[in-house]
Amino acid sequence: MSKYTEDDLREELKTKEYEYGFYTDIESDTFPVGLNEDIVRAISMKKEEPEWMTEWRLEAFRNWQTMTEPEWANVHYEKPDFQAISYYSAPNKKPKYESLDEVDPELLDTFNKLGISLDEQKKLAGVAMDVVVDSVSVATTFKKTLAEQGIIFCSISEAIKEHPELVKKYIGTVVPKTDNFYAALNSAVFSDGSFCYIPKGVKCPMELSTYFRINQAGTGQFERTLVIADEGSYVSYLEGCTAPSRDENQLHAAVVELIALDDAEIKYSTVQNWFPGNAEGKGGVYNFVTKRGLCEKNAKISWTQVETGSAVTWKYPSCVLKGDNSVGEFYSIAVTNNYQQADTGTKMIHLGKNTKSTIISKGISAGKSQNSYRGLVQIASRAENARNFSQCDSLLMGNECGAHTFPYIEAKNKTAQIEHEATTSKIGEDQIFYCNQRGIDTEKAIALIVNGFSKEVLNKLPMEFAVEAQKLLEISLEGSVG
Amino acid sequence: MDLKDKLVSSFLAFENRVDNDAYVHDVRTDAFKIFEEKGFPTKKDEAWKYTSLNSVLKQDYSLFPKQEDALEYRDVKKYFIHDIDSYKIVFIDGKYSSHLSQTTHDGMDVCLMSAALSKPKYQLVIQNYFNKVATTDSLTSLNTAFSSEGAFIHIPKNKIVEKPIQIVHFSTGNEAATMLQPRNLIVVDENSHVQIIERHQSLTENPVLTNSVTEIFANKRAIVDYYKIQNDNHNASLIDNTFINQKRESHASVHTFSFGGKLTRNNLNFFQNGERIDSTLKGVTIIGDKQHVDHNTLVHHIEPNCESHQDYKGIFDDNATGVFNGKVIVEKEAQKTNAFQANNNILISDKATINTKPQLEIFADDVKCSHGCTIGQLDESAMFYMRSRGIPEKEAKGLLMYAFSNNVLSSVKIPEIKQRITKLIANKLGVNIGFEV
Repeated sequence: MSKYTEDDLREELKTKEYEYGFYTDIESDTFPVGLNEDIVRAISMKKEEPEWMTEWRLEAFRNWQTMTEPEWANVHYEKPDFQAISYYSAPNKKPKYESLDEVDPELLDTFNKLGISLDEQKKLAGVAMDVVVDSVSVATTFKKTLAEQGIIFCSISEAIKEHPELVKKYIGTVVPKTDNFYAALNSAVFSDGSFCYIPKGVKCPMELSTYFRINQAGTGQFERTLVIADEGSYVSYLEGCTAPSRDENQLHAAVVELIALDDAEIKYSTVQNWFPGNAEGKGGVYNFVTKRGLCEKNAKISWTQVETGSAVTWKYPSCVLKGDNSVGEFYSIAVTNNYQQADTGTKMIHLGKNTKSTIISKGISAGKSQNSYRGLVQIASRAENARNFSQCDSLLMGNECGAHTFPYIEAKNKTAQIEHEATTSKIGEDQIFYCNQRGIDTEKAIALIVNGFSKEVLNKLPMEFAVEAQKLLEISLEGSVG
Repeated sequence: MDLKDKLVSSFLAFENRVDNDAYVHDVRTDAFKIFEEKGFPTKKDEAWKYTSLNSVLKQDYSLFPKQEDALEYRDVKKYFIHDIDSYKIVFIDGKYSSHLSQTTHDGMDVCLMSAALSKPKYQLVIQNYFNKVATTDSLTSLNTAFSSEGAFIHIPKNKIVEKPIQIVHFSTGNEAATMLQPRNLIVVDENSHVQIIERHQSLTENPVLTNSVTEIFANKRAIVDYYKIQNDNHNASLIDNTFINQKRESHASVHTFSFGGKLTRNNLNFFQNGERIDSTLKGVTIIGDKQHVDHNTLVHHIEPNCESHQDYKGIFDDNATGVFNGKVIVEKEAQKTNAFQANNNILISDKATINTKPQLEIFADDVKCSHGCTIGQLDESAMFYMRSRGIPEKEAKGLLMYAFSNNVLSSVKIPEIKQRITKLIANKLGVNIGFEV
């Protein structure tokens, strides 16, 4: 290494200035469309990954080639052409934000519409932001505070470089690279994502948060998130997605892996608001996500999701309750409007003794949308005293939408206690009348009733997210009064 | 030669042997083509995810067993609900047994499918109803292709059938293994009322596979009550396909009592083609050993203001496997639908398995639909309560399980059947419940 000279400093300052000008013109460094081994290698090289990671990706890619797209979900869409997608796109230079003013105004605009400027967020709870514009992490804040506690919170590509032992040990252990079509694709081509490691006994002092956004037309986003909570630790992780209007369909195939070691607890909250397509059902994001968490002894994983966006959603955040006394929770609100289709739910795999799981799913369908809950509760023969409670409620608005439930329940142990209930109903005319009578217009009344209907799930969200989620529900159902 | 090949090669011979008119001939040939194309369902089919037919299909079944008549009423009396006066349509190895049966043509037809298919006077009914509600899944198509015998019941307008009708299929085990494919057609016209009891019983331990199809038409304001008693021995397998087409204001109920058999699959399908229809589907399943019972139900709500009630209870011991797959579809025209579905299960042994999948597909907004499903154990405090009052553990368990299944029994309208089922439950649980209903 050569000495750091004044010349170098001058050079650095020059580049820095250049960096700051980036947001007026994000020049993306985009790969040619199509996918083959060379592209996979190139992605890996671009990210300066070690040999084992390249091999891992290639293996995933080879597996992916032998797989076919799943067709069992209750959704209908034009299949994306995987050879017509560019698999890597990153803002050319890597600028670091120092203040919010430098963030893409369009992004801020979307946030403002939802009433949650980054600013407000920061003030509210001291949220550490890992803003992802396209695929490369461009800003990380509060890193220092976290580092003091030994918490690692960075982009996954950084983690591969700096903490290879952790990544190597855990990546693909919960969602194997051959798990399903989209997970295999993600494993082969994932461009970036977040990595989080909470050391033994540490309670993460703030909510960790990532904002994803797709801003490059025709770019697939393949995020990879890996959260590891070591023994006795606690972390609450927030993930929020917003996407501006795009005409053509965009593919989003993310993989999220959570690992909760003995006595650890992970709370993972998502607000998903990708572009759902316009009122005629044109455009919109395809959201094919694999999310899964592994609970060791006495560990707890809690998934909370508010799904309002995407043209097609295919998402089943799951818990593998491997350790004794582990707990899995799933709280979900899925709203579909216009031509949206959502097939979402959870899987609770009870393997250990005295494992508990709770599923609360609220589906709201309006317009011409189709909303499905698909869940699996599986009690293995050794899972003594396993307990599950599931509740799926659907609310229908108008008679052109559909609500479907596909719960699978498989019990192989006599001590299992499983309860499942589902109801479907509409907003009562008397309820609306009651509100109207008191001067609340119908649109507001519906928002009020929907909020009440979803309360059980909204309550599970961290406070600052709950505010956003409520607004989101209102925006999503705008104009669905019929 | 596997079973499919055997069926394929014997179809032509069968077709040449039965002498039916062109209409039925065409129906059979078309159905056979479907079966040939689809083959037997495998676990890859979503509807058969939890039930494998492999162990059942590997037997070398005789498709057309020899005629057997040497069966005396006193030997098989116990398989009938014998303490009530009833019409009886009895089949032995798939062939009609006139001396055990009691049929009628007096103001209604309680007779044979073979007669209905061949006699010109039934031609209109056959053309209007035969294979009109049955779906085209592979097993139903297979039955349609080989349909020649079964019960034919036609109740004309405004008739209340005083006596219940019993349809009983015996298999004698004269062949090493037998495959039977009975085909029943039941047409109940306006304002009429009929009660039917169906049973399949093998008399030896030789393997039997029954692939039965029953089509029921409940026309305007008709009331049809159907009871299926499934308590066969451990080498008998039953695939029961029942299709019910309901017209406006009709009431139809099917109670299925599954206590026996090696593998039992009940495909029960209700289609509501009219307003203000009421459909009831209830079942009690109590099995042990390596038995497998699969209830696959469908209620298709097509028009407004209809109701459906489903209630299935299951108790599973030893290595038994229970499957419940209940589907309710509410079309967007079917406003004001009330659809309820409940499935409660108790697992008694560590090796028993229950797979349940209650499924709702709803396209209308002004509806009340719910399903509930539980898997659990007997209430410990209730057990303690009874034991502290001197009731032995076994009896206490029996009482609790009887109480568990009582909801289903309470809607059985024929007291003799209720009594019989109570006894069967007591037998199955190995206790003397100690009271008569």
